[in-house]
Amino acid sequence: MGKFLARRLLNHLVLVLLATSFAYLLAATNLDPRGYFEQMQPPPPPEAVDSRLDALNLNDRTPLAQRYATWLGGVVTGDFGRTIQGGDVASQMWLKAGVTLRLITVATLLGSALGVAVGAYAAVRQYGRFDKAATAVSFLVLSVPTVVIAIVVQVLAVTVNDGLGLQLLRYSGEYSAGFDGTWWELLGNRIHHAVLPTLVLAVALFASFARYQRNMMLDVLGADFVRTAMAKGLTRRRALFRHALRTALIPTTTYFTFTFGALVSGATFTEKIYGWHGMGAWLIDSIFRQDVHVVAAVSWFMAVTIMAASFLSDILHAWLDPRVRV
Amino acid sequence: MSTTSTTEESTAPAQAPAVPRAPSRTGDITRRLLGTRRVLVGLALLLLLTALALAGPLLTGWGVGERDFSAMLEGPSPEHWMGTNRTGQDILTQTTAGLRRSLLIGLLVALLSTGAAAVVGAFAGYLGGVTDRALTWIADLALVLPGFVILAILSEHFAGRGGWLVLVVLLAAFSWMVTSKMVRGLTVSLREREYVQAARFMGVPPHRIILRHVLPNMSSLLIADATIMVSTAVIGETALSYFGLGVRSPDISLGVVIADGAPFATTAPWVFALPTALLIVMVLAVNMVGDGLRDALDPHSTSHRS
Amino acid sequence: MSTDTAETTGAAHADSTGRPPVLEVTDLAVTFPGRRGGPDVHAVRGVGYTVGRGEVLGIVGESGSGKSVSSMAAMGLLPEHTRITGSVRLHGEEILGLDDRAMARKRGRVISMVFQDPLSGLTPVYTVGDQLAEAVLVHDPTAPKAGARARAVELLELVGIPNAEQRYRSFPHEFSGGMRQRVMIAMAMANRPDVIICDEPTTALDVTIQAQILDLLRTARRETGAAIVLITHDLGVVAGFADRVLVMYAGRPVETGGVDDVYHRSRMPYTMGLLGAVPRMDPEHQGALVPIEGTPPSLSAPPPGCPFAPRCPIALPECDMVEPGLLAVGSQPRREEIRARGAGAAPSGVRDGGTGTQRAACIRSGEIAEQGWTAQDIYPVPDIPERSLSAVRREDRPEVLRVTDLVKHHPLMRGAVLKRRVGTVYAVDGIDFDIREGETLALVGESGCGKSSTLMEIMELGRPQRGSVSVMGRDTAVLGRAGRFRLRRDVQIVFQDPMSSLDPRMTVFDIIAEPLRTHGAPPADVTRRVYGLLGLVGLGTEHATRFPAEFSGGQRQRIGIARALAPEPGLLVLDEPVSALDVSVQAGVVNLLKGLQARLGLSYLFVSHDLSVVRYIADRVAVMYLGRIVEIGDTASVHARPAHPYTRALLSAVPIPDPERERARTHVVLEGDPPSPADPPSGCRFRTRCQKFATLSEPDRERCVSTEPRVEPTGGDHAVACHFARRRAGS
Repeated sequence: MGKFLARRLLNHLVLVLLATSFAYLLAATNLDPRGYFEQMQPPPPPEAVDSRLDALNLNDRTPLAQRYATWLGGVVTGDFGRTIQGGDVASQMWLKAGVTLRLITVATLLGSALGVAVGAYAAVRQYGRFDKAATAVSFLVLSVPTVVIAIVVQVLAVTVNDGLGLQLLRYSGEYSAGFDGTWWELLGNRIHHAVLPTLVLAVALFASFARYQRNMMLDVLGADFVRTAMAKGLTRRRALFRHALRTALIPTTTYFTFTFGALVSGATFTEKIYGWHGMGAWLIDSIFRQDVHVVAAVSWFMAVTIMAASFLSDILHAWLDPRVRV
Repeated sequence: MSTTSTTEESTAPAQAPAVPRAPSRTGDITRRLLGTRRVLVGLALLLLLTALALAGPLLTGWGVGERDFSAMLEGPSPEHWMGTNRTGQDILTQTTAGLRRSLLIGLLVALLSTGAAAVVGAFAGYLGGVTDRALTWIADLALVLPGFVILAILSEHFAGRGGWLVLVVLLAAFSWMVTSKMVRGLTVSLREREYVQAARFMGVPPHRIILRHVLPNMSSLLIADATIMVSTAVIGETALSYFGLGVRSPDISLGVVIADGAPFATTAPWVFALPTALLIVMVLAVNMVGDGLRDALDPHSTSHRS
Repeated sequence: MSTDTAETTGAAHADSTGRPPVLEVTDLAVTFPGRRGGPDVHAVRGVGYTVGRGEVLGIVGESGSGKSVSSMAAMGLLPEHTRITGSVRLHGEEILGLDDRAMARKRGRVISMVFQDPLSGLTPVYTVGDQLAEAVLVHDPTAPKAGARARAVELLELVGIPNAEQRYRSFPHEFSGGMRQRVMIAMAMANRPDVIICDEPTTALDVTIQAQILDLLRTARRETGAAIVLITHDLGVVAGFADRVLVMYAGRPVETGGVDDVYHRSRMPYTMGLLGAVPRMDPEHQGALVPIEGTPPSLSAPPPGCPFAPRCPIALPECDMVEPGLLAVGSQPRREEIRARGAGAAPSGVRDGGTGTQRAACIRSGEIAEQGWTAQDIYPVPDIPERSLSAVRREDRPEVLRVTDLVKHHPLMRGAVLKRRVGTVYAVDGIDFDIREGETLALVGESGCGKSSTLMEIMELGRPQRGSVSVMGRDTAVLGRAGRFRLRRDVQIVFQDPMSSLDPRMTVFDIIAEPLRTHGAPPADVTRRVYGLLGLVGLGTEHATRFPAEFSGGQRQRIGIARALAPEPGLLVLDEPVSALDVSVQAGVVNLLKGLQARLGLSYLFVSHDLSVVRYIADRVAVMYLGRIVEIGDTASVHARPAHPYTRALLSAVPIPDPERERARTHVVLEGDPPSPADPPSGCRFRTRCQKFATLSEPDRERCVSTEPRVEPTGGDHAVACHFARRRAGS
């Protein structure tokens, strides 16, 4: 068992290493840090640019293999290099990761809880009015790109604010710049800012969870064990809740883990539109800034979350389902 | 006893009646499909959109990308039915041209990625062993590769005319893995099906078994997946283009048009509303057709009563 | 309830106990509304019966006869949109139409149910014990948890689960099918109900386990004194167990009465046909099987007259006019009366209390009784051509298949997510047999004995892990790719499940043509052959363009046989070809196989768990246990003089559809489940369950434990692997 897990973990590590290296090499060959410095106003002298690039291990005149080796040597010790402005990538990364994780944790919990409830109930009332309405809504939501949802919600927020004449809904940033107050007020301010982006993410998740849970639930609704539970004296509702839902939740749990892992990159657009400085937004900005090390670091982080999620979902599955447990 | 009354020897020249073996399966599916309202509505919408996409630029008389310096960011008028954007381009022209490109991207990505998923998954599942492990590993690798980063960086490289094709290939390359895992799982269970074993025992080679027995029997999954892929690709393209990382001008797509219009969403709603509405209608129509197809192709759907 | 007709009222209270019935079902009808504009399905139309305390009522019918639906309706377990009419009374209280909450209080406490499939019947994520304790707690929420737990353990012990205290914590998937069924029965007994409905409780189980479960049900009846309704398609199971029988067809009861009356003096042609179609173990019943032609009518549009008329060999024009009521034999209206009343008149007297009196829904029941007709008299006995085998001695016929010391071990894997190897399954562990031209060898054994693995090993035509397989005199281990491809034409297979053996997306034509095309037959030949084959298996040319889903099970099996025959094989491997079919259809397919063999000179390797079918079709039989052959020989000899204790137990466990004989038999009931093929016992593999081993002296036992017996001839074409085979016990 332990040996087996270790082997799987090793395989995951190799995959992460390959993915990150690939991202680094692609970024190092395609991005143009030299151009970033040369475009500065006033243009710095070429020697200054060269020495700056050398200091950052970004000089395209250094052989790629050498740059890669230097970078990799750092990564192994937890040093992801410097940003193009000279900051420490690793420490910034944990900051950004915190922002993203806060956003997606709340959003996935909210979206999945609501989605599971709606999906399960829709399945029980299959072809009923509730089911039809839930299906229509989730279809519609799934057909609208998150970007569009985000923009539309933002537009609505502006309209509402203008109509009321006060900043009821915050649609930009994680907190008000320069806001000062007690710890509680700061927290309130952050929550205030988090409402809309969390909602946008949660809505899309809600739709897919509702569809997923409905299908899973339909699979077990007619199951013989539900009939057995009723035959021994449970009411239909209790049999569905205790036996059908409990069983149908197993695949959803693994789906949840997986969604969570994939959402680190999936939240990019929402972060960017709502001015949150999370992983995704950082990545897009760094591509435009020709920042090789940040691109590689974000790629690493995303690969790790995906692998961790898949590893976790395996373990969770084995834990929840005695059939696959050892 | 009908069995004993037939005295014909199996080799005897049976009076093979010239019954035309009409493969009624296709007809059957078509009939069932056209009986579903969802599919009809979806198909009608898609046809309408396609017609619009093809005829749009001709209708307006404005060229794609052509600027009318006399009308910048103006609302609907007889000259510009749906108004103009900030650089004076005709919204209807731009949107329909973008729609055409987005439709094409969606269809091509779906075709490529579902095709890849089907082939990889089916061979991995059917052949098993080393093939299985190798293909699964490749899928795992593709899953962790930062597709978004690669797309973003490379799109810069291929910006301009023809760059969207590269985008299509890349989008497909990063979207087949999950489906291929599902296909693999299904194949593993189909492989144990008795009709597949029967085919194996009569000497049908593996690739033919996969094409003839395995893939057709998961066509519902594949078609449903392909339609989902169409919408995912269109949505993905939109999102990327919105941040200037997907299709880039002078190429055009719905994402590019929406990105252009987004800043004016409150001040000049026409710039944003039409492309967004078309995008949503298109994805919705595709999803409706896909869902209906899944029902129609499911051999159990008619005998679902028990 | 005032539904009894005049002549039955007296009998209604003449029940064995004289007490009022526990469960009374009257005029029950169940309709599933058609979905999306489809027609309504009338699954049950007017079922009535009563059962008293300690009484056993058998409900017999084939698939789709409505036998399960009617009991589900009585339990209130059908989906909400189902339309149910009639009356179901429990201790005189009407329970049909009670709301779910009130019904839930009855279910499991007063009336409980045992379902068919124990595999999916228990919730996979809870432990067996918790599910059992839940059955106790749900009717007594105030009971202490520990008390419910103790009761659950007690119940597990009662139904014969060894180590009940530990097995309490097991999950359903860790139990064998038989043990799961025991748990289901424990659950049904938990609150000492007054009625237990058993819906095909032994259908998914092996015969030896079936015998155990039937014993257990007898125990349950004794312990709880409950009335038992036993629903089954197996006429043998009912014969020895039930007091009264109700035969159902197309949603209606067609004959009812005491078990001896119904079996020995059937008055409804359907019942007669069913009994005639069952292959029998008893030596005096070895005539040809009599199939019932045709298929049951559609339940969405039942014909106006007798539903069985289209398949009935003695149907009259009047049969199609009005559906006959279930009336005492001889009290049916006369034909003139029916004609006078005209078509579409309401059937009379369908509502029925169900008593000891025999009743049949056939207007000719009186005539049948007077003439004393039996199945042989009214059904045309099929004429199966005789084989010309006897002319040539077995040793002189060419060998079609020879298997020598065949071994197939495969790794035992655990866990779905964290998959890894935990041992080796000795699925096939050194077996020898041969098949000569034109003969049938049956490979018999319970699930897990390795018979299917043997089949697959042969069909692979590859190099076995050990030993050799030679087909048509060619050793498969040395075949090249092309040679193997050519040899595949000579061995074809027919599978068990007619649902999954045909590709649902191919037309029948393409299915049958596939082997021909694969082996490069020219298109013109393909067409000719396919239509020829369709005729050969008794299907029409119009079937060629249809899809498998449009056929009944029996027809699908015929398509499978046609496909297997297409490349003109010499050896047909039949993997339980009739065990998924209804009895009336099964007889037709068995007869077809026999006829084909005679006409085409085929050899069969017939794999089955059903010894009665084997008795009927096979020339020779090989009995397998845990990967080894324990007895092999010609069928008559093995059936008449079984030498191995296992064979004897197997034969004894098969119930005979003859109430008198079945009651008189003493069954050898094997203890427990077979050991895992991953960990077979040392020496003789059967010794752990052997009834003979128990009677042996210590030194003799030592021999069984240490030395594995080899298959040794006992004289004639009969060999057995048992150290003490000759010293037969007095059974």
